[in-house]
Amino acid sequence: MANAQLNAEGLNCPLPILKAKKMLKTLSAGDVLEISATDPGSVADFSAFCNQTGNELLSSSSEGDVYKFEIKRT
Amino acid sequence: MLDGDQLDNAKSMSIIVTKGSLDWAYPPFILATTAAAMDLNVTMFFTFYGLPLLKKKLNMKFTPLGNPAMEMPMMGGHMAMPNLLSVMPGVGGMAGKMMKNLMAKKGVASIEDLREAAVESDVRMIACQMTLDLFEYSLDDMIDGIELGGAATYIEGAVKSDINLFI
Repeated sequence: MANAQLNAEGLNCPLPILKAKKMLKTLSAGDVLEISATDPGSVADFSAFCNQTGNELLSSSSEGDVYKFEIKRT
Repeated sequence: MLDGDQLDNAKSMSIIVTKGSLDWAYPPFILATTAAAMDLNVTMFFTFYGLPLLKKKLNMKFTPLGNPAMEMPMMGGHMAMPNLLSVMPGVGGMAGKMMKNLMAKKGVASIEDLREAAVESDVRMIACQMTLDLFEYSLDDMIDGIELGGAATYIEGAVKSDINLFI
């Protein structure tokens, strides 16, 4: 499904956002980046990041202590 | 990356960076790199004790002295350090090491990494010319890609910025 994956587990603010941005830049419009993180703050932050940059947050979920996000590059 | 149209409409942020200790170096670099990641044009103006944060070799110190609100997690609780202890030789260095260890353990980026990310994402960095003269720093000691300027250079950018911060 996803075109790229980013494991940001164990990283704290703002590293998950910075790494996600870096990977999104390498993707084409329409591509999906799947991210896993353990920073609870990343839930609000990825939502804010997508609102500001116009990239689409397809999903935001959690499995145990791991938060998963799917972001579509626009 | 932004194309031309987006650049014209992009939001912008400026930060005056006035403090260079390990703890105070974090807010400006975290905000600058995150804003850049969110497509803002970011300018950082390094002045007074913030200027050494542009040195090629960073050597940030940390001190709990005069910071009564600082509590370190310790043995399940939190401990503040009395000023009387903080002034003892070696205590500041020890606290600095503890802080760095704690940051690494918690997955907090190093200032070196954040600064590199700022450079990579084209954050505009201005070194205060007056501070450079005052404290006798050489531009050769500073990282590449920075520019020199004064208050007017900062104001010119700040007047067009959506967010202006003084840290």
